[in-house]
Amino acid sequence: MATTVHEPPKIEKGRDASRLASNSGNGGGRNLVPSVGDLRAVKDYAPPPASTGIWVVLASITMTFLAFTSALIVRQGSALDWRHLVLPRILYLNTLVLLASSVALEVARRKVGAFMSGRRSQVASPARWLYITLFLGLFFVFGQYLAWLQLRSQGLYLATNPNSSFFYVLTAMHALHVLGGLGGLMRVIRRLNQSILRKSTLDATSRYWHFMDVLWVYLLLLLWMKL
Amino acid sequence: MHDMSAHAHVAHPAPPTSFIRKYIFSLDHKVIGKQYYGLALVAVLVGMFLSWLMRIHLGWTNLAIPGLHLLSSNGAPGNVMTPEFYLQLMTMHATIMVFFVLTTAPFAGFGNFFLPIQVGAEDMPFPRFNMMSFWVTFVAFVVLVSSFFVGDGPTLGGWTQYAPLSAVGSVAGPGEGTGVVLWATSIALFCVGQLLGALNFITTTLDMRTRGMSLWRLPLSAWAWFITSCMGLAAFAVLMPACILLILDHVAGTSFFVPSNLVISDQVQPHSGGSTLLWQHLFWFFGHPEVYVAIVPGMGIISHVLITSMRKPLLSHRVVVYSMGALAVLSYMVYGHHMFVSGMNPISSLAFSFPTLIITIPSTILVLIWLGSLYGARLRITSASLFALGFVSMFISGGVSGFFLAQPSVDIMLHATYFVVGHFHMVMGVAAMFGIFAGTYFWFPKMFGRMMNETLGKIHFWCSFVGTYCIFMPFHYLGMAGNVRRYQAFVNDYTQPLIPLHRFITVAALFTGAAQLIFVYNLIHSRFWGKPAPDNPWQATSLEWSTPSTPPPHNNFGDKLPEVYHDPYQYGVESSVGDYVMQASPEQVETAQDEA
Repeated sequence: MATTVHEPPKIEKGRDASRLASNSGNGGGRNLVPSVGDLRAVKDYAPPPASTGIWVVLASITMTFLAFTSALIVRQGSALDWRHLVLPRILYLNTLVLLASSVALEVARRKVGAFMSGRRSQVASPARWLYITLFLGLFFVFGQYLAWLQLRSQGLYLATNPNSSFFYVLTAMHALHVLGGLGGLMRVIRRLNQSILRKSTLDATSRYWHFMDVLWVYLLLLLWMKL
Repeated sequence: MHDMSAHAHVAHPAPPTSFIRKYIFSLDHKVIGKQYYGLALVAVLVGMFLSWLMRIHLGWTNLAIPGLHLLSSNGAPGNVMTPEFYLQLMTMHATIMVFFVLTTAPFAGFGNFFLPIQVGAEDMPFPRFNMMSFWVTFVAFVVLVSSFFVGDGPTLGGWTQYAPLSAVGSVAGPGEGTGVVLWATSIALFCVGQLLGALNFITTTLDMRTRGMSLWRLPLSAWAWFITSCMGLAAFAVLMPACILLILDHVAGTSFFVPSNLVISDQVQPHSGGSTLLWQHLFWFFGHPEVYVAIVPGMGIISHVLITSMRKPLLSHRVVVYSMGALAVLSYMVYGHHMFVSGMNPISSLAFSFPTLIITIPSTILVLIWLGSLYGARLRITSASLFALGFVSMFISGGVSGFFLAQPSVDIMLHATYFVVGHFHMVMGVAAMFGIFAGTYFWFPKMFGRMMNETLGKIHFWCSFVGTYCIFMPFHYLGMAGNVRRYQAFVNDYTQPLIPLHRFITVAALFTGAAQLIFVYNLIHSRFWGKPAPDNPWQATSLEWSTPSTPPPHNNFGDKLPEVYHDPYQYGVESSVGDYVMQASPEQVETAQDEA
């Protein structure tokens, strides 16, 4: 009844020669071996884990800030102690700084890409743009700190009223995530200087960084509308 | 400099040699899996011990338990438990069991060890995050247990920590100050650990599969871990901010969860305007998916075990996957059924009641598939397959009471009674535990290279099976008789006649708990003196049984990663090795059904 075929089905080589070094599935164009009796060769392209992983990270950060947002909305409706709060002016400057950092990172990413594909011969200029991004990111966090000082000088502390509570919680959580992004950027710079940077690492880091931008703009709108 | 192989950073040129790198701060997913399992084992023994103390107190309220004062400075004068101490034990029992046992063992423990092997990878893609995931969880456990020895003991607010009493500090009772802060810190850390774990699980499943391993060729256990990690990702990401807000209410004087003009012990609380329901919403948005985080890995594990024991695939591989996926999606839409009596808008109750009834459909489909596949199967009776059957039995028995509780009108009667306690202990507690046991008996040979003692395993099964039914079935009757849960003594006219039943349950609990010592003995004895295990003792097909040595070498598959040629469960065929063909075997066989 059973027939045993001794020659195993052939496995096609991946389509992208530069990726053949990894034979283990990720990063390789894998042609699936046809199942018994099913000759449809399924092509299944798996990206490097960092590319998938960063979306997983961003999904969980999104959930965290959605939870804070819903808490804010519920809290606003639960009592009459919601007071208007004027946002510190410096937040708008900080926004511009953060957006500028994203632009700088994008320039860096393109220059690294050009270097990796051989269209450029030296890495100095991408590293410079990465340092600019890093500097702007630090400036943003410092700017947020100044915003907290401004609120403090108005007598608005964490527990003063629900608005100031949410202001401090949301901005602090966002700043913490930005600091994490700065750590990622430093790692990228170190690996670039050691010439062991993978493109997927840089791409993942820049996606994270741009997400911090979008998140901040969202938070600013939320705070501006609700506080 | 060029885009190197994305895999290069997880390739292990040489296994670590130092003790610390090999066993403590290991990056090897197999060691991390064992560490998680070990943590869960310690946690389950602690949790079970606490439940013994509670059960003894419920049966014989004024009995002095020798040495009890060692656990609490003021909770056990004369070694007799105070009501507050009872609640503290209850809270710690639940928190330890739900987080550090039911989430840790079947998901993080087995998943870490076997998911990369089942997909045919050398390791998870982010081994450092994986290591951090375990150690953060470990610190979370230490922080939680430390609350026994700090201040006035652990929190007494229940594992749900309902506001406002959880948010006002020690005025609400012993442990409500430092105890709650430690609890919330522990849980927030636990969330971080699980998020890091979910990151690794999802990327492993999507990106690390070996040649030929399409998604539909993943074994059901791998599917279950993948689905669970997606669920955990959204759930733990919501609990963590909730814990942060709770901690701020404690230490920073904010008012997220404490309403205005709240008077506790004749003192007006210095908070205003907070929403107590807000905590419940945030908590249960996590809490309901969490029970599926606990049970879905068990579903995957017992499906995997049952198929191997039945020597034939389930009626439908895909429907099982779809059903587990449906459970994951629906689990977010039903959380309000925990709040039917919390003062929620009745329309919301209705809105949450419908999905709750709908979620029984995928559950029922799963049960029918397991039972239908068993029909006509020549089941190999092993400790693992017995516990898999026990899982199905517990899942049905505990699940049926869910139909009653899903309806707000009935739930209002039953909500705060032992009926609910019986329901969730069976459907999520014991069933998930049986899943862990099934996985242990099944995978122990691969994890440790030695066989477990089957006779002891079967004795362990029958004692546990009969014992847990004796404990938790009567809970339902107690609930219908109006026995309110969380009471530490039964002094009312209508609860006094129930005390003999409580004593029976206590005896059953002591007996069942003692039977678990058989398992612990079997585990430890087999680890060192068990019969050496062959590479594939159960004649199974998935990749974990194709490793070149048992236990698998540091990089899982030696020099060459396996290539996958078959669907996961090719049993009931004729091949050169027997009635099965392994996924990594290039041999082509005729199959009765080429079901994906």
